[in-house]
Amino acid sequence: MRHFVEELEQLKTKLLEMSAIVESSIQRSISAVTQKDRTAAEEVFRTETRINAIEIEIDEFAINLLALNQPMAADLRLIVAALKINTDLERMGDLAVSIAERALSLMEGPIITPMIDIPHIAGLVQSMVRKALDAFVHRDADLARSVLASDDAVDSLRTACYHELTSFMEKDPSNIQQALNLMVVIRNLERIADHSTNIAEDVLFLVKGIDVRHQAEVRPSAVG
Amino acid sequence: MPAYGVNTPPMDATKPIPTTVCKLSVSDLNFYYGDFQALKNISMEIFANQVTAFIGPSGCGKSTFLRTLNRMNETVRGSRAEGQILLDGVSILDQEVAYVRRRVGMVFQRSNPFPKSIFDNVAYGLRINGLATRATLREKVENSLRRAALWDEVKDKLNQSAYGLSGGQQQRLCIARALAVDPEVLLLDEPCSALDPIATAKIEDLIFQLKSSCTIVIVTHNMQQAARVADNTGFFLLGRLIEFDNTAVIFKNPAKKETEDYVTGRFG
Repeated sequence: MRHFVEELEQLKTKLLEMSAIVESSIQRSISAVTQKDRTAAEEVFRTETRINAIEIEIDEFAINLLALNQPMAADLRLIVAALKINTDLERMGDLAVSIAERALSLMEGPIITPMIDIPHIAGLVQSMVRKALDAFVHRDADLARSVLASDDAVDSLRTACYHELTSFMEKDPSNIQQALNLMVVIRNLERIADHSTNIAEDVLFLVKGIDVRHQAEVRPSAVG
Repeated sequence: MPAYGVNTPPMDATKPIPTTVCKLSVSDLNFYYGDFQALKNISMEIFANQVTAFIGPSGCGKSTFLRTLNRMNETVRGSRAEGQILLDGVSILDQEVAYVRRRVGMVFQRSNPFPKSIFDNVAYGLRINGLATRATLREKVENSLRRAALWDEVKDKLNQSAYGLSGGQQQRLCIARALAVDPEVLLLDEPCSALDPIATAKIEDLIFQLKSSCTIVIVTHNMQQAARVADNTGFFLLGRLIEFDNTAVIFKNPAKKETEDYVTGRFG
């Protein structure tokens, strides 16, 4: 039994390592866009291989725990949540790579449109990522709920950004390439927010044993 | 595999306890071995045509509780029960004990075939209860052996000693013997604890098949077995029923800390 508990701790530790790497990758991809930081973009590309390797390592470790220990209750929920969070983290890493690629494209010419709300949406998304991972670390259901509440704000900001970029393109077709790159950045940030929401939902499953997925319209009472 | 576009039923492992007929209703049951109180204020309902499992550490009262359901505990000198157990709404204390045990059959931890032939083991209950004529006896024995998934293995040696069967076959023979008198409830007290995984799987398959015609109550030390076979599971500790719920709830998200500690192996 003690051995199994130690293995569960190892699983958490490995997932935290993955979280830290992905969080840092997202941070660098945003710097690559907002600060035109080529070094940061290249670091994101280098890190992707490591993220993919840890994803496989965590999956294999978790599946072995399921197969060899027949976990129940909180232990079962932890392993299932870890498997799902692992997948979300890996995809967040992929999205950071996509943002970094767009950052390189954006570096090729002068910025003809202001950065509009990108730093704002990026800040909000980073805050969601941080809170979702903190909620997992501390098994904090309230913090997880606050992540769910932030998702709508990100969606609204994305829509506002899209409108603004569309008007830039309408004003001057030579803006189209840059505006499209910025749209992809915004879309990827919004997807990172969605993955943070998934992690927060997994934390609620882990801590409370409840499933709040796809319940946006009833979420305030559903997670109570 | 269903074809694309075909609607499949939802996969709901945590299906709620279906609204169904209450077969056994237990209220405020206390049971004593002399001065020792083995069961404390147990109340629960066991539903017809479902499998109900009881889990808990040794000495928690789960087997004692099982044995109160067909008054088997009355054979213990100095024991007494308080409270009420209703079978289809009628107290089992108001019914002839032999009649209760015919309606509520039991299979024990260790297979206990009689020192008789395979056929005579199964025919025993039918003969002493006068439940079969000479003409129908063979048919009823065959039917019981088929229900216990043993017929194909023993049909050519019905007159041989039951002791010649393997442990798993002996246990299924005991189930066939219990089924022969057509019980409404079958109590299984750790029926697989002495069996290998193959024999265990056969008994578990059998439990699935039998529940359409019988209400099954099983005591097991093997939590994975409870998780596999039971619709509802009760956790006993120190003579109390700590938690009773849908099996998926008990093993995925139990309400009580004691249950959580037990099913995750952190008990004690």
